Amino acid sequence: MGWYNKRLAKSLWVFHVSGSPCNNCDIEILDLLTPKYDLERLGIKLVGSIRHADVLLMTGVMNKKIAPRIKKLYEQAPKPIFVVAVGSCPASTITFKKSYNRVEKIEDVIPIDMYIPGCPPKPEAMIEGVAKLIGVLNG
Amino acid sequence: MSKVPVGPFHPLLEEAEYFELTVDGETVIDIDMEIGWMHRGHEYISEMSSFTQSIYLVERICGICSTSHPLACVHAIEDIDNIEIPDRARYIRSLVGELERIHSHLLWLGLAGHFIGYDTVWMWAWKYREPVLQMMELISGNRNHYGMMRVGGVARDVEPEKLPELHKHLDMIEEKMKMIAKIANDDPVLKKRLKGVGVLTQEDARNYCATGPTSRASGVRGDVRKDDPTDAYDLVDFKEIVLSNGDVYDKLVVRVLEIIESVKICRQCIDKLKIVKGSFWNKVEQVGEGEGCGRYEAPRGEVFHYIRSDGTNRPIRHKVRAPSYVNIPTYEASCKGISISDALITLASVDPCYCCTERSMKIKDVHNKEVPDLLTLSRNKTEKIRREIND
Repeated sequence: MGWYNKRLAKSLWVFHVSGSPCNNCDIEILDLLTPKYDLERLGIKLVGSIRHADVLLMTGVMNKKIAPRIKKLYEQAPKPIFVVAVGSCPASTITFKKSYNRVEKIEDVIPIDMYIPGCPPKPEAMIEGVAKLIGVLNG
Repeated sequence: MSKVPVGPFHPLLEEAEYFELTVDGETVIDIDMEIGWMHRGHEYISEMSSFTQSIYLVERICGICSTSHPLACVHAIEDIDNIEIPDRARYIRSLVGELERIHSHLLWLGLAGHFIGYDTVWMWAWKYREPVLQMMELISGNRNHYGMMRVGGVARDVEPEKLPELHKHLDMIEEKMKMIAKIANDDPVLKKRLKGVGVLTQEDARNYCATGPTSRASGVRGDVRKDDPTDAYDLVDFKEIVLSNGDVYDKLVVRVLEIIESVKICRQCIDKLKIVKGSFWNKVEQVGEGEGCGRYEAPRGEVFHYIRSDGTNRPIRHKVRAPSYVNIPTYEASCKGISISDALITLASVDPCYCCTERSMKIKDVHNKEVPDLLTLSRNKTEKIRREIND
């Protein structure tokens, strides 16, 4: 749906979900809204419901208790939805590799379109990541 | 009676938490909570990692307290062998710890403003938080997760050419904090909205073993920095802030005043760093057999780490007690009987790294009227008070 994606790219609405992170990525995501970075000037808005969202920002290694909830959340989202995994946790599970309580593979729970690594990624890196996503959507 | 589910995902922030408020009309009768959405098994992983890796790991327990946990952890490891640290390391540790307290309290202040419908406070507080993160980046190279702690000292030095810039930022923060303290003192809406709301009495604070600003706002003394001074806390001069009412307003004032105290500590540490020269790390080859406890006053209260070592390079038991875990049960005392529009700010007043509670679900109360979500209720109440005062 190339034409549809192009429409989406003009103003992405983002929903943020935390899958057992350490809060840091989440706070940096919130930090993007505040005066220094102010993502809303780029048309990107953090919304309160997954039903309004075009992008799902996911953080954390995702533990076994939260995985079914995140799957449910993903199923509620209007498609197409693009899942962006923020932080090193979903990308490589860093220090939590040996944890007994994390899901084996996050990609089995929800498909992930893009990773932004970093612990936590700098706000500039997150903006660049989202800008790249817009580039892909524009074709 | 009806039940209002809150969580586990709420749109604006952070952790997944689940609360269930039982309400009768607009009054909260009971509260129940469910935790475990964040469980990643830190203690178990720590027992499989070396001491150096443990410090890296406990830093990732909480992103906001990412100095408090490693600091308590290195205190515990140093307690096993009574390892001494150089004076310069003491000041650097306290400097980083206090900067973290400033950024954590500012973060809370912003979110509290957001919950009661003062989005300007949110934006301002986070704007003034930004220089703290810049200072952290200057000192440690990262905005969060500083990786500064190490057994026997700190991981990196603070170079003397960085110190003047730190002073400049601290001046700005102190000035703005005094402004915010003045706003809190002057604004009639804020006072009416927060005074007498969610009161945690002194007796309840003791019974629930609350720690940190939550207990100090209720008049219970207790600050690890004063009671069991480690690092540079016995070498610097600062006040312990204790207020008596235990309502949300006092919790706000405690935090604002603590920021001003923290700025004072930071200044003294920076001044000392100009004088105290020498190594910032005593080399530690091996940790012996035994057990050790480490404590530190995190922004939210006392962090406690217990480590037992059998002489190898790994802890065989690592126990962590975080402050929010003891502060969250105080909701039972502070939330019962208050209006549901005050519930949100009362839940947030403990600073449990959890906040906004918008839901797509509609709740009906006994009279079959629809109850809007908590954030809207909270904001509507502020709006109502504002209108009353203006009339």
